[in-house]
Formats: sequence, structure tokens, C-alpha cells
Amino acid sequence: MSDAKSPSALAELVHHVRKTREYGQLTDAIPYTRFMGIGVENLAGEMLCRMRYTPKLIGNSFIPALHGGTLGALLESSAIFELLLQTETPRVPKVISITVDFLRSGKAQDTFARAFITRQGRRVANVRVEAWQDDRTRPIASAHALFLLAEP
Amino acid sequence: MSDFTLPEDKAERMERAALFYSDIVPHNHALGLKLLDIGPAEATVELPYADFLVGNPETGVIAGGAVTTLIDAACGSAVILKLGRIQPLVTLDLRIDYLRPARPHVSLIAVAECYRSTRQIAFVRALVHQGDKSNPVASAQGTFMRLEE
Repeated sequence: MSDAKSPSALAELVHHVRKTREYGQLTDAIPYTRFMGIGVENLAGEMLCRMRYTPKLIGNSFIPALHGGTLGALLESSAIFELLLQTETPRVPKVISITVDFLRSGKAQDTFARAFITRQGRRVANVRVEAWQDDRTRPIASAHALFLLAEP
Repeated sequence: MSDFTLPEDKAERMERAALFYSDIVPHNHALGLKLLDIGPAEATVELPYADFLVGNPETGVIAGGAVTTLIDAACGSAVILKLGRIQPLVTLDLRIDYLRPARPHVSLIAVAECYRSTRQIAFVRALVHQGDKSNPVASAQGTFMRLEE
């Protein structure tokens, strides 16, 4: 694990990744996203999150379907990476509230997510996120979330 | 296929409900979730602190995504207990308010209550705390749909 323990180390890493777009350096520095297989990728000029399928993400073995919590995790992570990488916020934004709608069951395969910042104020940001698998026009989950940004 | 009804005896009910926290539900098992207690329509579930759950390496605080999974699991169990039988459910929506930052190196405990169920839909609320229920970390509200068998 990278030694992003002190505030300055993580802030420096975020600053560095904003420029280099070597997103793996950031997602690897966060234990939970590494455990979940959640990464940031630049696909066709667009920054997306991908949660790589592994059997430990399953919630229902009989269907099988991804655990709803994993989709919530992907949506929230996607919103946080969007704020970290597309704004100048110096620290990890704190979630105030999140509402997740589960639209379709998640199959045992990779899941993608894209976040949109609907409003960024000085203290609070509103973010909307969608997750899909094969077909982007058929999202499997969506969320809207409020984040507290670090005081300047 | 007829013994999906939960037993009357609390210890047996608990044992049956705890199956959802074994490797039958791989992601609950992977996070280390544990069913601590049950009531007629209530489930108490623990997420033990672990380094791999950290979402902010600056503070050591557990990632929100893991808390979402904890709440989803506890709410699902509360519905099953309210219905008195194991039946397939899907989460329709889940709203979580983060009331205060979680402390690192301490378990998170979700207490979920299914306060209303209809023929198709069940309504659940939950609180997440770290030992003191009067000082919760998060509060949540969810709706679930019962699937036909």
C-alpha cells in the first residue's frame, strides 16, 4: 500500500493523479476500493469507475446477483473520485446523505459508473451517479448524494 | 420447499437468520458481518472494524460503501423476521444520512426495524451506532419488494 497516511501525502497524491491521470495510484491507496476492485478508468475521453467482478461481491448465490451494498459502494466511490479528480477539493469529501435506487439486478460481471456533479457550492456538492453493465441506457442502479467539501 | 417458515423458538430463529451472514451470502461473509440479535421485526448486525474497509487513509474511517452494505443486510434481515419466513427480496431504495463521523478501530452496529409490510412492499428504518444508541453515526430508511416464489 502506498504511504498516503498523512494528510499532505494523500493531498499530494490526488494533486499528482489529477495531472498524470494514473488513477490506479489513487484507488490503490484506498484500502476499501482496492478490496472491492473499484478503479477509475479513462474510456473514450470519459472518466468512469469500474467494479471488477469477483465472486465475493455476490449477495444472492442462487440467481446469482451482486449484493446491493456493492452497487451502493460503487456509486458512492464514483461520486467521491469525481469530486477528488475534477474539482480542487484538497481532502476526501464527506458524504452527508446518499439515496440509492436499485433498478435491476446486478449480474455476475463488471459494473461501470459515471458521476455528474449537479451543483458545487463552497461547502456542499450535489452529485448524481448511474451504474450499468452491458447497456448504458439500462442502468442497474442510480444514486444522488450530498457531500461536505473541505473548508478552504 | 415448505420449511421456509422461521421457527418460533428464538435460538432456532436466530440460527436460521444467521445463515444470511455465512458464505451463503458471499459479500456479507467477505465483509465479516455478524448477526448479533433479533426481535420480532428487528435485526442487529455488526460490521467489525478492519483495515481493508478503510475509505479514508488519512483518518482510518470505514468507507461509506461498507456501511451501505451493513445497512442493506440488516434491513433485509428485519424484513425476513417481520414476515416470519425466508423469502426472496429485492432492495428498491435506500437512503442513508450520516449524522456524525464514525470513529476508527471501533465496530459499527446497525439496528434495523421493519415497521410496516404490505403484500408486496416492506418499509424499514435503521440506525447505525458504535456502542451508544443515543449517539448514532447514521440513520437510514429503505423499501424492499417481496418477490414471487
